[in-house]
Amino acid sequence: MMTRSLTAMDHGLQSCEVCGLLSRPAPPADEGRCPRCGEAIEFRKRASFEYTWAFLIAAAICYIPANVLPVLTTTTATGSVSDTILQGVVLLWSPTGWPLAIIVLVASIMIPSAKIVALAYLLITAQRGSIKNNRQRIRLYRMVEFIGRWSMVDVFVDTFTAALIQLQPLMSVEPGPGLIFFAAVVVLTMLAVESFDPRLIWDAAALQEVAHA
Amino acid sequence: MPDYEPPLPPVPESRAVSQARTRPSVVWLIPIVAALAGVWVAVTRILSEGPTITIVFQSADGLEAGKTKIKYNGVDIGTVTAIRLSDDHEHVITTAQMAPKTQDFLVEDTKFWVVRPRISGANVTGLGTLISGAYIGLEIGSSKQPKRDFVALETEPIVTGQVPGRFFILKTADLGSLDTGTPVYFRRLQVGQVTSYKLDKDGKLLTVQVFVRAPYDQYVNPETRFWHASGVDVSLTASGLQVRTQSMLSILIGGIAFETPATAPLEPPAEANTVFTLFSDRTTAFEPAAQHPQTYVLIFKDSVRGLVPGAPVEFRGIPIGEVSDIRAQVDLKTFRFSVPVTIELDPRRLGVNVVGGAAGDLEALRRRLIDSLISHGVRAQLRTGNLLTGAVYVAFDVFPNAPPATVDWSQQPVRLPTVPGQLEATEETVENIIEKVNKMPLQQIGENLNNSIANLNLTLISARNTLSSATETFVSARNALTTANGIVQPDSAQLQRLDQTLDELTRAARSVRVLSDYLEQHPEALLRGKPGKPK
Repeated sequence: MMTRSLTAMDHGLQSCEVCGLLSRPAPPADEGRCPRCGEAIEFRKRASFEYTWAFLIAAAICYIPANVLPVLTTTTATGSVSDTILQGVVLLWSPTGWPLAIIVLVASIMIPSAKIVALAYLLITAQRGSIKNNRQRIRLYRMVEFIGRWSMVDVFVDTFTAALIQLQPLMSVEPGPGLIFFAAVVVLTMLAVESFDPRLIWDAAALQEVAHA
Repeated sequence: MPDYEPPLPPVPESRAVSQARTRPSVVWLIPIVAALAGVWVAVTRILSEGPTITIVFQSADGLEAGKTKIKYNGVDIGTVTAIRLSDDHEHVITTAQMAPKTQDFLVEDTKFWVVRPRISGANVTGLGTLISGAYIGLEIGSSKQPKRDFVALETEPIVTGQVPGRFFILKTADLGSLDTGTPVYFRRLQVGQVTSYKLDKDGKLLTVQVFVRAPYDQYVNPETRFWHASGVDVSLTASGLQVRTQSMLSILIGGIAFETPATAPLEPPAEANTVFTLFSDRTTAFEPAAQHPQTYVLIFKDSVRGLVPGAPVEFRGIPIGEVSDIRAQVDLKTFRFSVPVTIELDPRRLGVNVVGGAAGDLEALRRRLIDSLISHGVRAQLRTGNLLTGAVYVAFDVFPNAPPATVDWSQQPVRLPTVPGQLEATEETVENIIEKVNKMPLQQIGENLNNSIANLNLTLISARNTLSSATETFVSARNALTTANGIVQPDSAQLQRLDQTLDELTRAARSVRVLSDYLEQHPEALLRGKPGKPK
């Protein structure tokens, strides 16, 4: 028989996400404040699935214009060229510039999409109460949480470039509408990650065990 | 649940999941807003997107998908989005995304072409494309019929439709130094350009299209002549060396000039795309056009050195045709060489406009005319037109002493009688004279002459002596005459005495007559004497 994992919630205890203090919620409310650090505490993040799904869907929607619309408009004496992220990758792809192209490809295209897919996977499995690969899933969640912020680099680079390269009338660089959507994707996925409660993964496992028991 | 089971382990409590809210969370506004923003962007994109067109090119040289622009008057109105080969691999099909509100541009006769740097003699265009790369230019058509699939022009048109003016078609056998962009001159003013040229299908002529800008196009009427003003036109003809140019530019790159002959009747300006002949030079351009050229053959026995095809045929100085062919022929029976020269005569060049009448009438009239001319002694002759160059022309003139000749109309081409050339005739005469001179016994004559002169010398000496005595004789003669002169003065005594003597003589004569009369009546008186007075 599998060892039954104890959860604080099972014992009517709430754990503080910041300082880790276990406390008993003051009845009748489910929520309260951590007596040690003052952080709002609850058994599980409120409406975690709902929030995460909302942010995730919003991010997925924004992901499309972020990749279709140009992120950078370069105006030179010879005319203006608008490039989407993917065109930028193609532009950078050369025998000498390919590492840069790969960085852009990974940071700007693969990571956001991977984040969305990974979160969707976590949400679906958690909601369906899957108990398989719990460990891998929690690792995946941590990776998504860790890596998410780096996607913002792209936005930073673009805005810096736009701010620095203003050599009117020779050349100027302006951020395109795609950049706003890209930033929205990054922010929304970060919010989705933030609103997802990884403890839900274990809750499902616990329920399963109860059912088995 | 059965009772016997111990109350361990503790029964899990139902989970305290908050169920306060059943209505959807406000958080769903975020994906809705995101979706709305996405839809809005998409809609504006689609709305701001112009039509998509395809343009077929011969070559995609210089074109780049996503980069190459379509520009009209320097304004971007589209971008090439895709370039692919046609199914038969012979053309390049480019797809271009046009800017919004360009639908009016895309009509049936809109023309596209690739603007590349082009440096020709007359002008340099498209230099900007050296930096920016090629772009696609267009000329908006005037049609109202919308069109989306175009075939591009191979070369950029020199003149776009925005410039008022007219196109004309020139036919020429030789392109000379013409090129697209070659200037067209009117009174040495540049008024247009060559826009295109192509070889006719039969390969015999070239069709050159020129554009004449307004307002100069009104000076082109159906009688206008176009000619090559290419470079320096040096002609060495029977009239001497002629150098004619249009302008310094045309010396370098050639050109076309046009002018309407002053004698031409005033006519309304020519329609666009009227076909003209492009003459090789101004002189040919201004020659009246041949209307009914007739071919004749002239057989010359003398050398035709200096005669070239194209040499003029003149009738008393008026050009009436030109030499078209020169050959040599030998008579196998006599082994005599002669040179048949084919000429083309044009009655119109005599200033005679031949109008009306059936072809047969004309033919008969012509035969009669030529017969009568020949019978009046009109013959063809080779004459030197220019002593310096030795250029020779064929002259028709009246030779009253020419041996009689008739025209045999059954031969084809008709042979017209000739007389030996001026130079040859002169040579012959001079030769005859020289021969005669040669035959003279000049030595003998000289000797005789010498002797005669010696004798003459002697004679002259004696003559001088004779003359001196003669002088003396003359002096005495003059004295005698002076004396005689004195005698015959009217108031001289001798004359008066002579008068008296004569009176006396008259009286004496009268007496004798009386005596003789008396004697006649009275012959007896001689014997008897005069009877006494009657009583």
